[in-house]
Amino acid sequence: MAGRIVKVAGPLVVADGMEDARMNDVVLVSDEELVGEIIELKGARASIQVYEETAGIAPGQPVVTTGRPLSVELGPGLIESIYDGIQRPLNVILQKTGDFIERGTAVPALDRERKWPFEPAARVGDRVGAGDLLGTVRETVLVQTRIQVPPGVEGELVSISDGEFTVTEPVAVLKAPAGETAVTMIQTWPVRRPRPYRRRLSPNEPLKTGQRVIDSLFPLAKGGTACIPGPFGSGKTVVQHQLAKWADASIIVYVGCGERGNEMTDVLREFPRLKDPRSGEPLIRRTVLIANTSNMPVAAREASIYTGMTIAEYFRDMGLHVALMADSTSRWAEALREISGRQEEMPGEEGYPAYLATRVAEFYERSGRVETLGGGEREGTLSVIGAVSPPGGDLSDPVVQASLKVVKVFWGLDDKLAYRRHFPAINWLSSYSLYLDNLQDYFEEKIASGWTALRTRAMTILQKEDDLLEIARLVGRDSLEPSDRLLLETAKMIREDFLHQNAFHAEDQYTSLEKQHLILKGVVDLHESSAAALERGISLKTVLSVPERRRMSGIASLAEERLGEMARTVEEALRAVENLVEAAAGPVAGSTGGEADG
Amino acid sequence: MVKEYLTVSEVSGPLLVVNGVTGVGYEELVEVELASGETRPGKVLEVSDKAALVQLFGRSTGVSAFSTKVRFLGRGLRLALSQDVLGRVFDGLGRVHDGGPDVVPEEFRDINGRPINPCARDYPSEFIETGISSIDGLNTLVRGQKLPIFSGAGLPHGRLAAQIARQARVPGQERDFAVVFAAMGITFEEADFFIGDLRAAGALERAVLFINLASDPAIERIAAPRVALTAAEYLAFERGMHVLVILSDMTSYCEALREVSASRKEIPGRRGYPGYLYTDLSTLYERAGRITGREGSITQIPILTMPDDDKTHPVPDLTGYITEGQIILQRDLHRRGIYPPVAVLPSLSRLRDKGIGPRKTRADHPNLANQLFAAYALGKEAEELALILGESALSDLDRIYLRFTQAFEGRFLSQGEDENRSIGETLDIGWELLRPIPEEELRRLSPEEIEKYLRGAQEEEEGG
Repeated sequence: MAGRIVKVAGPLVVADGMEDARMNDVVLVSDEELVGEIIELKGARASIQVYEETAGIAPGQPVVTTGRPLSVELGPGLIESIYDGIQRPLNVILQKTGDFIERGTAVPALDRERKWPFEPAARVGDRVGAGDLLGTVRETVLVQTRIQVPPGVEGELVSISDGEFTVTEPVAVLKAPAGETAVTMIQTWPVRRPRPYRRRLSPNEPLKTGQRVIDSLFPLAKGGTACIPGPFGSGKTVVQHQLAKWADASIIVYVGCGERGNEMTDVLREFPRLKDPRSGEPLIRRTVLIANTSNMPVAAREASIYTGMTIAEYFRDMGLHVALMADSTSRWAEALREISGRQEEMPGEEGYPAYLATRVAEFYERSGRVETLGGGEREGTLSVIGAVSPPGGDLSDPVVQASLKVVKVFWGLDDKLAYRRHFPAINWLSSYSLYLDNLQDYFEEKIASGWTALRTRAMTILQKEDDLLEIARLVGRDSLEPSDRLLLETAKMIREDFLHQNAFHAEDQYTSLEKQHLILKGVVDLHESSAAALERGISLKTVLSVPERRRMSGIASLAEERLGEMARTVEEALRAVENLVEAAAGPVAGSTGGEADG
Repeated sequence: MVKEYLTVSEVSGPLLVVNGVTGVGYEELVEVELASGETRPGKVLEVSDKAALVQLFGRSTGVSAFSTKVRFLGRGLRLALSQDVLGRVFDGLGRVHDGGPDVVPEEFRDINGRPINPCARDYPSEFIETGISSIDGLNTLVRGQKLPIFSGAGLPHGRLAAQIARQARVPGQERDFAVVFAAMGITFEEADFFIGDLRAAGALERAVLFINLASDPAIERIAAPRVALTAAEYLAFERGMHVLVILSDMTSYCEALREVSASRKEIPGRRGYPGYLYTDLSTLYERAGRITGREGSITQIPILTMPDDDKTHPVPDLTGYITEGQIILQRDLHRRGIYPPVAVLPSLSRLRDKGIGPRKTRADHPNLANQLFAAYALGKEAEELALILGESALSDLDRIYLRFTQAFEGRFLSQGEDENRSIGETLDIGWELLRPIPEEELRRLSPEEIEKYLRGAQEEEEGG
C-alpha cells in the first residue's frame, strides 16, 4: 500500500498514509522511485530524507516502503569500486546516464553478471557458525576475499561448491533444525548497525604511514582513531591522501564526504598509477572509494560515512587491517544540521542538532582492534581518521569538540605553517597521540631500543625552541647564549630536514620507520655532540660550519635503498664534530678553541 | 499543463504563500501576474498539500492578496541557448538586456544543472598563463580550476579580474576561448569598467554578460550565477570552448540568500547566513571543471569582498573550503602602491603542482616557487622583528631576507596593469631575486638548480 506525499521542503519529504512503514525503512518516493529513508514517524505520517534531488516532486505523488533499513551489499567486487553515498556504483551510472548524474537511477552495488572463482575451504559435514570460513575469492592481486558465514546463520554444511559463480548464486548450503539455508557470496547489512565481533582488544601496533611527523611524533595505532582539524588551505586533504596511499593497511576505505569533485578524480587517476611500497602493486587494488561530493544530494552525504564504515567492518571481520578516511566529517555534520533544520527540531550549539556529539561518538566507536567471529583466532583492526573543517579554523567548533572527546590522536593543522609552505602543516606543539604507551613496546623491540627516549629528546628541543624564539623576539637572537643558539639551529634541522616532508617528491613522500629513526637520531646526536663541543670551548661558528653538517640536510630525500649511505653521512658529521673536540684538546688547538664567538 | 491561482494568502518580503494548490512540484517555475498585467518570475521553495511557498525573483511591491494571479509552469527556470549568446548582454534571469533580439534557441537548459559524475571528470592540469607573476609563478591557475579572489571594499579586484580576462591564455592554444561574466549586486561603474575593458581588448564578441546591478532586485541575484554557469556549461561542453567564468560579487549573492532565509524564518547559522550555505555555494563552484572526452573546460574566478577584510567571515570561509585555493588581496600592499596587491603567503592554488614543471612551464618552476615562498615568509618575519627591535638589531641573515622581501614586493609582485609577463620572465625575476641569499639557506632547491641558475649566472656576470 502506498502513502501520499503531503509536503516537500528540499531533501525532506513528508508522506501520509504510511501505516505499514517502520522507522529507518528505505522508501521509494514518487513514480521516479527516488530513494529515501524514514527519519521520523508520527502515526501514519513519515518524515523522509531523500537521497536524491527533489525538484519537481509534488504533493499527492506516491511513497512506497521497501520494508528494509538502509543497507549495503558486501561481497566480491567492492575493491576498486567507486560508490556514491548510498552505494551506487558511479562508474556504472556513468555508462548508463552519461557525464552528469541523473536521479532515480537504480543500479545494484555489486555486479550481478560477473563470475568469481570460489575456492572452498570448508568441508561437507563441518559445523559452521557466523564468521566461519567457507571459501575464498581472489579479488585482486592484493586482496583475497574470505567468504564467511554471515552473522546470524549457523548449521551443518551439507553442500559446498567449487568453481565460478556470480554473487547471487549459492556456494554452500547449511542445515539447521529450522531448515536449510543457501549461502551466497553476497551479504547485506544495515549501515547504521555495527557488525558484530567476539571481543574488543587494546591497540598495540602502529599504523605505519611513512609520514615522519605522524609515525615518529604522533603515531596512530592500528584500530585507533585520529582527527585532523584545520582551516582551509592547511592541507587536510593532502594528509588524508598521503595516509590513504601509504598507510600499511590491507584495505583502505576512502570516504569523500561533501568535498570537491576534482579531489575524487585525483584519487581515481592517481591510485591506479601509484605503487604500494610493500607489495609493488597499484594502490587502487586495495581501495574502496565512496564519493559524495559537495554538489551531490545532501542526505546521501549523511549516509555516506555509514556506508563506508560498514564496508570497512566487513573487511575487518575477515581479519584484515583496515583504515577508513572520512573527509570531511564537518560536511557530514552539516548535512545532519540541514535535515534537522528542515524537520524543525530544536537546535543545539551553532544550529547543530543536540544529538551531534552522540552521533560523532558512535561513529568513531565503530573503530577498534577486535577478535572476529568464527573459528581460528583472527584479529582484525579498523582505524578511523576523520578530517574536520571548522569555520575559520576555530577549534571551539562543535564538531571539533565532539570529535576530540572520543579520538585518541589529534593532528592539529596550522595555517601559519602552511603559509611558510611547511607541509604537512601538523603543529608539533599542539598535536598529541594517546597511543604512545600502547606502542612503546613495538617501537622499542621492532625498530630500535631507545625510541621513546629519542622522541622525548626531540620533543624537548622543539618545545625549548618555542620558548627561546619568544625571548629572541624581545632581545634579538644574537643576545642568546651559544648553547641556546645551537638549539635553535638543531630545532630548525628537525623542522626542515625531518618534519617537513614533500608529498610530491618521489623519495620523500614515504619514509620507513628505520629511516625515520636514523634521521631523527642523527640530528639529535649531532646536537648533543655539538653541545659537548661548545662546552669544551669551541665556538658556535666553528661547530656550525662543519661541512658534513650541511650534508645531513639532504638525507631525507635519498631513496630507501641508500640507508647505508645515510648512516655514513650521519657518522661522518658526528666524527667531524668529535675531531673538533680532539683538535681542541691537542697542543695546537689554542687558536680554534679561543676564537671569539661570531 | 499550466495551473493558475488567485489564492495568494500572504506576502512577506520576497515570499508569497499560495493556498489550495494541487500538483505543484518543488522548485517549479512560477509566473506572477499583477493587476497591471506586469509579470514577474518566481520559484517554489516549499510545497504541501495545502499551500505553496513561492519566492519571487524580484520585489513583491504591488502584489495583492486578491487580484494577483499565480501560474505554475510545471518546469524549472530555463535558459535559451545557442552559439548566438556570445557577445550578448542579459539580466540576472537570462532575459535579453541589450535591446537586441531574443536568442533563437537551439536548446533550453534548466539553470540548476546536474552534478558532474566524479568518474567523468578529467583532472585539471593545463597551465593557464595570466601574465601576472604572483599568479603564474606562485599560485598558478590551471584550466578547469575554481580559484576565487578574496578582496575587500576599495581593492582593485575588478581591475585584476579584467586583466586576467584580457591576458589569460594557454600557451599554444589561443582559439575557442570565451568569457562569461555574472555581475551580482555590483555598481554600474564597476560593471561598465569591466565591459569597457573587454570592448577595448576586442574581446566582447567572445563574451556573454549577465548583469544584475546593485540597483536591480536583490533576489534576482540568486538566479544570476546559475544562469551564467548554464551558459558556460553549454559553451564548454557542447561547443568545445574554454570558458573563463567570472562571478562578482559572491558576497552580494550570499546576502540575497540570507534575505530569503530570514524571510522564511529559518534557524540561522553563523552571522545569520543559512545553515545550507556551504551546500548552496558548492552547487555553483562545483560546476567548474573538465570532462573526459569533451573538448571544452570551465575555469571559475569568483570574486568576493570580505566584510572588514575578515577571512573567517562565513562567505570567504565556506568558499575557501570548496574552491581549489584562493588569491587574497591585501590592503597594506595596496596602500603602498603595489599592483596587483596579492598577499602571496595566504594565497594558494591547490592545483598548482599539477600544472607546472617540465613540459608544462619549466622544470625549475616547482622548487623555485617553494623557495620563493619560504624566503618571503622568513623576510616577512624579519620585517616584523625590525619593527619591534629596529633594523640594527637584526642578524646579517635577517637583513638579507629583509632586502629580499623588499625587492620581491617591488619587482616580482608589482607589475603594470597592461604588463603581460611570460612565465619565463616571471621565473627569471625569481632567480635573480634569490641570488643575494647564501646558498646553504636555499634548502628547497636541488644542488643542480643552484649550480645552473645561481652559480652559473654569477660566473657569467663576473666573467662579463
